[in-house]
Amino acid sequence: MFTSINISQIYVLDQDEALDFYVGKLGLEVNTDADLGFMRWLTVQVPGRPDRAILLEKPGPPRLDEATADQVRELLTKGAMGGSLFFTTDDCRKTYETLLAKGVEFTDELTERDYGTDCGLRDPFGNSIRFTQLSSAG
Amino acid sequence: MNRAVEETNRRMLRARDAMDRDYAEPLDVPALAQIAHVSPRHFIRVFRATFGETPHRYLQRRRVERAMFLLRSCDRSVTEICMEVGFTSLGTFSRTFREIVGESPSDYRRRGPLPEVPTCFAMAWMRPRG
Repeated sequence: MFTSINISQIYVLDQDEALDFYVGKLGLEVNTDADLGFMRWLTVQVPGRPDRAILLEKPGPPRLDEATADQVRELLTKGAMGGSLFFTTDDCRKTYETLLAKGVEFTDELTERDYGTDCGLRDPFGNSIRFTQLSSAG
Repeated sequence: MNRAVEETNRRMLRARDAMDRDYAEPLDVPALAQIAHVSPRHFIRVFRATFGETPHRYLQRRRVERAMFLLRSCDRSVTEICMEVGFTSLGTFSRTFREIVGESPSDYRRRGPLPEVPTCFAMAWMRPRG
């Protein structure tokens, strides 16, 4: 019936700041950055993986009225919007150290779990990001 | 006005994240207020307005949640787990655990092992109410 997840969405407060973070710091690539007039369609991807894009959507009109967009921004900054991205990595320690050197602040430091090694952080807006190196058993 | 609320929310979230990360450390209000870039005097009030409970209660329930997790996923003693999640006295741990969970740590442990889900979701959903 279905074959894959092609595009997922998270909310961001500012798309330029989102680019600085997701591309400049995390090292993702821009998939599409297009001015549609009514919105800026901005998607990013893991380098070389255009089949799985993440839409970085700014809440606002015309899709949301200003009052509703304010509520979304408030929930987002409280960490309550539920936006989460789970990335897999071959070397979680290297990912952690590379990002740490770029000044990224981690909410979860490098930890061995039952399912593998992982670490986590928040984007500048309140979404949670996780990097996991799955153990072969997991 | 709204920008100010968002900025405050984000700072309070940073302090809450620090409790989720460093719950085993002796975190106090001045240290958390510094992480949130607000004065210690304002911190408790603003945190409560943002998340609906005091930072002390948040941290207590985070420590109890981690203890609940460990009780059902390893075989270390109750005393070891108590220290591991940041309590300094077994008496306080047992009393707080019972008050929040409704049963003793040993009784809770008898419920058996937990299924595996990503830790961040387990931590977000299994922190008990109270």
